[in-house]
Amino acid sequence: MNPLVLWFHKLGSPPYFYRFAGKWLPWLYALALICGAVGLYGALFTAPADYQQGDSFRIMYVHVPCAWMGLFAYLFMAANGFVGLVWRIKLSETLAMASAPVGAAFTFITLVTGSLWGKPTWGTWWTWDARLTSELVLLFLYFGVIGLYHAIEDRRQAARAAAFLALIGIVNLPIVHYSVIWWNTLHQAQTVSLVGPSKIAPSMLWPLLTLAFATHVYFFASVLARSRVALLELESGKDWVRALLPATETPHD
Amino acid sequence: MTDFFAMHGYAAYVWPSYALFAVVLLADALAPVFARRHVMRDLARRVRRAASRKTP
Amino acid sequence: MKPGSTSAASFALLRRDLLLVWRRRGDALNPLLFAIIVVALFPFALGPEAAVLSRIAAGTIFVAVLLAMLLSLDALFRSDLEDGSLEQLVVSPHPLALLLGCKILVHWMTTALPLIVIAPLLAQLLQLPDKTLPVLLTALALATPLLSLIGAVCVALTVGMRRSGMLLTLLVLPLIVPALIFGAGACNAAQNGFAYSAPLLWLAAWLVLALILAPLAAAAALKISLT
Repeated sequence: MNPLVLWFHKLGSPPYFYRFAGKWLPWLYALALICGAVGLYGALFTAPADYQQGDSFRIMYVHVPCAWMGLFAYLFMAANGFVGLVWRIKLSETLAMASAPVGAAFTFITLVTGSLWGKPTWGTWWTWDARLTSELVLLFLYFGVIGLYHAIEDRRQAARAAAFLALIGIVNLPIVHYSVIWWNTLHQAQTVSLVGPSKIAPSMLWPLLTLAFATHVYFFASVLARSRVALLELESGKDWVRALLPATETPHD
Repeated sequence: MTDFFAMHGYAAYVWPSYALFAVVLLADALAPVFARRHVMRDLARRVRRAASRKTP
Repeated sequence: MKPGSTSAASFALLRRDLLLVWRRRGDALNPLLFAIIVVALFPFALGPEAAVLSRIAAGTIFVAVLLAMLLSLDALFRSDLEDGSLEQLVVSPHPLALLLGCKILVHWMTTALPLIVIAPLLAQLLQLPDKTLPVLLTALALATPLLSLIGAVCVALTVGMRRSGMLLTLLVLPLIVPALIFGAGACNAAQNGFAYSAPLLWLAAWLVLALILAPLAAAAALKISLT
C-alpha cells in the first residue's frame, strides 16, 4: 500500500494519533508564537497609521485574522463532521467537536474587537447590518453545537448529532462571507483577495498575512491538543490509556 | 513613546482589543491542560476503586 | 385506500395525531394564551401611545408567534417517544420523512393555524394599521410552516433529552432568524409604503426548500438520536 495512504489510515487509530499529535504539538505552538510575535510587531510598530482611521485601524490585525479563523474553524468542523457522519470515523468526530470551542473563541474575539473598532470609526458599538448580524448568528450556531454535544450522554452519538447540526448551519457561512457584497452594509467590503491584487498597502498587508498564518497554526495546535484529551476520555477503558497513568496506579491482575 | 502607548488617542480601543485576543487564546490554550489533568485524575480514581474491589 | 399502503399509513398518522391533540385541546391552547399575554405586555411596558405601538406591532407579533410555537415544538415527539410509537415509525416500511411530514403538518395545524386566526386580534392590541394586516397574515402563513419544519429537525436532534427546553431554543433561533427578518421586514415595508413582494417571495422560496429537505433532515436526525 502507498506509504502516504498507510500513514493516513494509521492516523485514524487513537493511540497513534495521540502520539503523533503529542510529538508535533510543541512545534506548532512554537511556530504560532513566533509568527504571532513577528506579525504583532509589524502590526503595532512598522505598519504606518491609516490616514483616515489613525491608529485605531491596528485593531484590524487582531479582528480580521480571528474573523477568518472563525469561518475556517466552522468549515473544518463541518467537513470533519460530514466524514464522521458518513464513514463513522472516530477521529473525525473528535476533531470536529474539538474545533467547535476554538472557532467560537475566534468568533467571540471577532465580535468584541469589531465592536471596539466600530466605536471610534462609525460612532457606534453595534449595528444590525448583514455582516455583524450573520457573524452573531455564527456565534450562536457554535454555542448550539457545543451545547448539543454536551447534552447527550453517549460521546459518539453526541458528536454525530452535533455534527449534523453543524452541517445544517453551514448555510450561514456564505452569508457571512458575501454579506458585504449582497447587502448595503456599514461594515466595509473586502480589501484582501486571494487572487489578484489587494487594495491595501504592502507595508500594511504583511503583518496581516503573518498573523493570519499564525492563527491558522494556532488553530491546528489547539484542535490537536483538545482532540488528544477527548481521545483519552473516549478510550479510557483501553490499555493504551491506562498505560499513561503514573506507574503506581496501574493495576496488575 | 507615550504617543505609542496612547495610540494617538485610540488607546482605549486598541489595547483592550489586543488584550482580549491574548487572554482568550491563552485561556483556549490552557483548557486542554486542565481537562487532561481532570480526565487522568478521574481515571486513576476509577482504576484504584476497581483494584480495591478485586483484592479480596 | 388500501390498508398497509403508505397513503393509508400517512392518513392514519394524521388522524391519530389530530385526535390526540383534540383530547388535550386545553393544552393545545397554551401557545395561544402565551402569544396574547406576550403581546399584551408591550403596551404596559412601552405606554399606550398608538404611534409607538404601531411602529413595533408587526415585529412584536412575529416574535410572539415564534416563541409560542417554540413552546409546543418541544412536545412534538415526546409522547410518541415515551410509549414507543416513535421507534415503530422509524422501523416502519413507509418513508420516515413522509411520516414526519405528517406530524409536522399536525403541529402546524394545531399551533400555527390558531395563531394566524387570532393574529388580527393581536394586531388590534398593538394598533397595527389596517393596510398592513393582509401582509402580516401572508408573512405568518409563510413563516410559521418554516418554523415547524426547521424546528422539527432540531427537536429530532434533541429527542429524549430531559432538560432540552433551553437547548432547543438555542438550536432553533439562529436557523429561524432569516425567516423572522424577511417576514417582519415585509410587514414593515408594507407599513411604510414600500414594495414588499421581495421578502415574501424569499420566504416562499425558503418554504419550498424546507418542505422538501426538512422532513428528510428530521428523519436522518431522528435515526441518529435513536441509535
